[in-house]
Amino acid sequence: MKGNPMSRRRILRTTAPLLAVALLAACGGTTQGDQDDGGGPGGTDATADPNAEYRTGLSVAMLPKSVNNPYFEASSSGAESVVNELEGAYEYTGPSDASASSQVSYIDTLSQQATDVVLLSANDPNALCSSLEQARGGGTVVVTFDSDVDPGCRDLFVSQVDSDEVGLTLLEMTAEQIGGEGEVAVLSATANATNQNAWIDAIGAELESNADYAGIELVDVVYGDDEDEKSFSETQGLMQAHPDLKAIISPTTVGIAAAARYLSGSQYQGEVALTGLGTPNQMREFVEDGTVAEFALWDPTALGELAAYTGAAAASGIITGAEGEVFTAGDLGEYTVGADGVVTLGPPTRFNADNIDEFDF
Amino acid sequence: MSTLVKSTANVPAAKTGSTALDLVLRFRALGLVIALAALIAATTAVNPRFLSAQSLRDLLFAAAITVLLACGMTVVVLTRGIDLSVGSVLGLSAYVTASALSESGAATPVAMLIGLAVGAACGALNGAVIHFGRVPPLVATLGTLYVFRGTVYFLAGGSRINASDLPRGFLDFGNGTVLGVPYLFCVALVVLAAVGVFLGRYRAGRDLYALGSNPEAARLAGIRAGRRLMTAYIVSGALAGLGGVLYAARFGTVDASAGYGLELNIVAAVVVGGVAIFGGSGTVLGAALGALLLAVINNALPVLRIDQFWQQAIVGALILAAIALDRLVSLRASRALRTKGSHVD
Amino acid sequence: MSTKLRDTAAVRLLTTWDAAIIAATVVFLAAAAQTVEHFGTARNAGFIVLDLAPILILALAMTLVVTTGEIDLSVASTVGLTSAAMGVMWNAGIPLETIIPAAIGIGACLGAVNGLFITGFGLPSLAVTIGTLALYRGLAYVLLGDTAVADWPRAFTGWTLGTVGETAIPNVLIPMAALVAVFGIVLHATAIGRSIYASGANPVAAAYAGIAVGRLKFWLYVTSGAMAGLVGVLWTLRYSSARADNAYGLELTVVAVVLLGGVSIFGGRGALPGVLAAVVLLTALQNALRLAHVSTEALTVVTGSLLIAAVLAPNTANAIRGALRARRSRTA
Repeated sequence: MKGNPMSRRRILRTTAPLLAVALLAACGGTTQGDQDDGGGPGGTDATADPNAEYRTGLSVAMLPKSVNNPYFEASSSGAESVVNELEGAYEYTGPSDASASSQVSYIDTLSQQATDVVLLSANDPNALCSSLEQARGGGTVVVTFDSDVDPGCRDLFVSQVDSDEVGLTLLEMTAEQIGGEGEVAVLSATANATNQNAWIDAIGAELESNADYAGIELVDVVYGDDEDEKSFSETQGLMQAHPDLKAIISPTTVGIAAAARYLSGSQYQGEVALTGLGTPNQMREFVEDGTVAEFALWDPTALGELAAYTGAAAASGIITGAEGEVFTAGDLGEYTVGADGVVTLGPPTRFNADNIDEFDF
Repeated sequence: MSTLVKSTANVPAAKTGSTALDLVLRFRALGLVIALAALIAATTAVNPRFLSAQSLRDLLFAAAITVLLACGMTVVVLTRGIDLSVGSVLGLSAYVTASALSESGAATPVAMLIGLAVGAACGALNGAVIHFGRVPPLVATLGTLYVFRGTVYFLAGGSRINASDLPRGFLDFGNGTVLGVPYLFCVALVVLAAVGVFLGRYRAGRDLYALGSNPEAARLAGIRAGRRLMTAYIVSGALAGLGGVLYAARFGTVDASAGYGLELNIVAAVVVGGVAIFGGSGTVLGAALGALLLAVINNALPVLRIDQFWQQAIVGALILAAIALDRLVSLRASRALRTKGSHVD
Repeated sequence: MSTKLRDTAAVRLLTTWDAAIIAATVVFLAAAAQTVEHFGTARNAGFIVLDLAPILILALAMTLVVTTGEIDLSVASTVGLTSAAMGVMWNAGIPLETIIPAAIGIGACLGAVNGLFITGFGLPSLAVTIGTLALYRGLAYVLLGDTAVADWPRAFTGWTLGTVGETAIPNVLIPMAALVAVFGIVLHATAIGRSIYASGANPVAAAYAGIAVGRLKFWLYVTSGAMAGLVGVLWTLRYSSARADNAYGLELTVVAVVLLGGVSIFGGRGALPGVLAAVVLLTALQNALRLAHVSTEALTVVTGSLLIAAVLAPNTANAIRGALRARRSRTA
């Protein structure tokens, strides 16, 4: 024993676990195609009582993608006002980095605290599922907003807009600004951002099927990862890679602001159209200096309000998430639950030089 | 291979030892310049717009902040130290400066002073922990990386300062050019020259090399290590602070995450630029060229239509190649010195 | 006389950092269980174990590496690259039972690359592993881009989150405990462990004493890589998501807990119990702060300050002890 060369023991130590797992492997393989049966809790068995009142004293927590983001601050203020109105307890909590694994820890904490309603904007459609299932197992109502998870792991999703409608609005604005003809490119958030991809798909489908857009060609999709600096240099790269580019569509608030800043300081200002989704406060300057003619967005505060009402309605038994259920979301009016438990806020608002000063968010 | 070794061994044998080292260092700068030229030529061949005035301006904009921080990092690395907190210092300074400007509307020079002061204070804290607390630089600045970033999160919360909150003149400074060269890059050049002269001509600067080469000998030679170390970390902090001001002026939008993860790029630039990670050798010019090379790679990738995901892998490979090359060069240099020594004996 | 004795005892407790950190951890856990609502439940303990598993496994190997006077900053990137590689293999239809050992093997190979650069070419480990930190993360992005592979079988993902039978003991605790035992025995009760300490304390003397310092370090890097590969597997299955950015930035936390656990960054000094306590302390602290509705900013500042304190405190205590001894010798 003493005389053994140490490296042999070391090799043994590092390979022992490998051998153990390899033995397991002999029992047969699990591959991607295999059927997976545990589908998670689908719909609840409970029945909805459309005439029930909103419960008071609910504990509601909003968990954004990351806490240092003004967009979610605006949503949070909306949700908070609703929760206060319903005499509930409100908390805004989350990681400072937009990663799925940090969100999991926060979900675990919220389920440990037996929070009644979690309003979540997810960093990954799948990574949060098992934590969410545990939380829901403990009676927490999970409502996603802004960015969804797999429909099986939440109760309802409050969508800012209908995916197709965003794509169409963006394309319509672009076509108006470039006269219906020319090369366009998309500056998106991350490549696996659920909603951005849905909108880009809608744009692509419409370009193919609608004869009005026959002259428009989508030449590139680049990703700024919702980081200011990266979006900035990706815009720069787009201009160099595509000399004939007529327009950039950026369906993310970080991206459009960075792209506008690049364009406004470059020779392309006014030459290359820029549109997309942005907040009026960030874009005001660029609308004034002529870099941007028109862009769109929904009201994030209203989105937060609707998410809070939806969560409270589900926790009060007014809705269960089944298609066709109707509830009243305070001043926002009446909403109907769509397929897959989706509640949609409404069409995006367009902002241009004429109306931008009416908005402050 | 053997002929290569022989030729480098022959050249210094004819001259003095210090020119041999000079040659190696100059060779490194030359190598970087050649690499830069080759990369630019190749990219331009694929897409001529890469050499357009606009594109060059973009490149200089992108390089300015990296060059600035690389200067500061060089000073620290020369002393056998490292400053991992630069990204967080930049973020802190950018936020403090931007919020001071948006509230008071101070002039650009005042903003730069605020940024420098914030950075210098952070650097002084680093230096004090390292010198008085005898905490290794890696640990100390790793700790302050968290502490300073946490402070920005605390100050900023979820808020973001937008371009529309900042004075027009400040943003013009960030995006303006003189004779086609961005002001930001001019600032970086001035700093580069100043740090270069300081390291090359001033006693305090030469002391940093001595400290890095052999701390014990330097102390025995009467160099006041504490004061020099404090100087090095304050310089690095102050330049990171200045970088924060430039960041705010350039990007206009500042939130708590400004400069997140930047330290890696700066260390990479310095190492690629030929500054030995264990101190005592390297020039600020080399570090600046390293920073420029990284910026060119960054800008060339989208033009060459190479997947942007390759960028980080290339940076990593460059770091490995650079330190391996340094090792090779220093082995050869010491062999050359040995050969010369035997001649004298 | 008696006051003097108490002085030295107190100072010694401060200077044996592991004792202090273990005591601090115990006190903290007890205090938090009393004061923080929902903290002291079995379920919450389970959450803490799940959160600390990747940090702990990486810290085990990192402790050995740092004790030899080297460092491995590439561990988190190795986790990311292994995870990305798992995603690619899974998409290629390779069975998971093959992927898991392959992933650990990939991790070991990546560690071997580090080891080769450091011991083979004699390059500084700090610079090499900063290089591979960027390289491995970059390659992870090259493999998987920004996409995620998420359709992992429930039988496996469920295991990583599940508990042993009807008990509240999380499944992952079993392999973790086994690894802790193996690393503890190797470091503290075998010739390899003594070689590790010797190499860190004085590499030249160790080499003269017949220890193959280079070979030892090489295999430590391979071990570190293999552990990172294992964490890659656990991470992917726990979050049911193979992504290039998995475990981004985790290396800083791992280095922080190792140093916080009393391992000297200069090598030659340190012990596993302190590191274990540090891992528990840091994770439980984060958990408690979240439960107590304290913002994440505080967390960041606390981590950084603890890291500096871990080195600053023993240094200061040493200085105090030196001063006390000097005064005692003067009075004697």
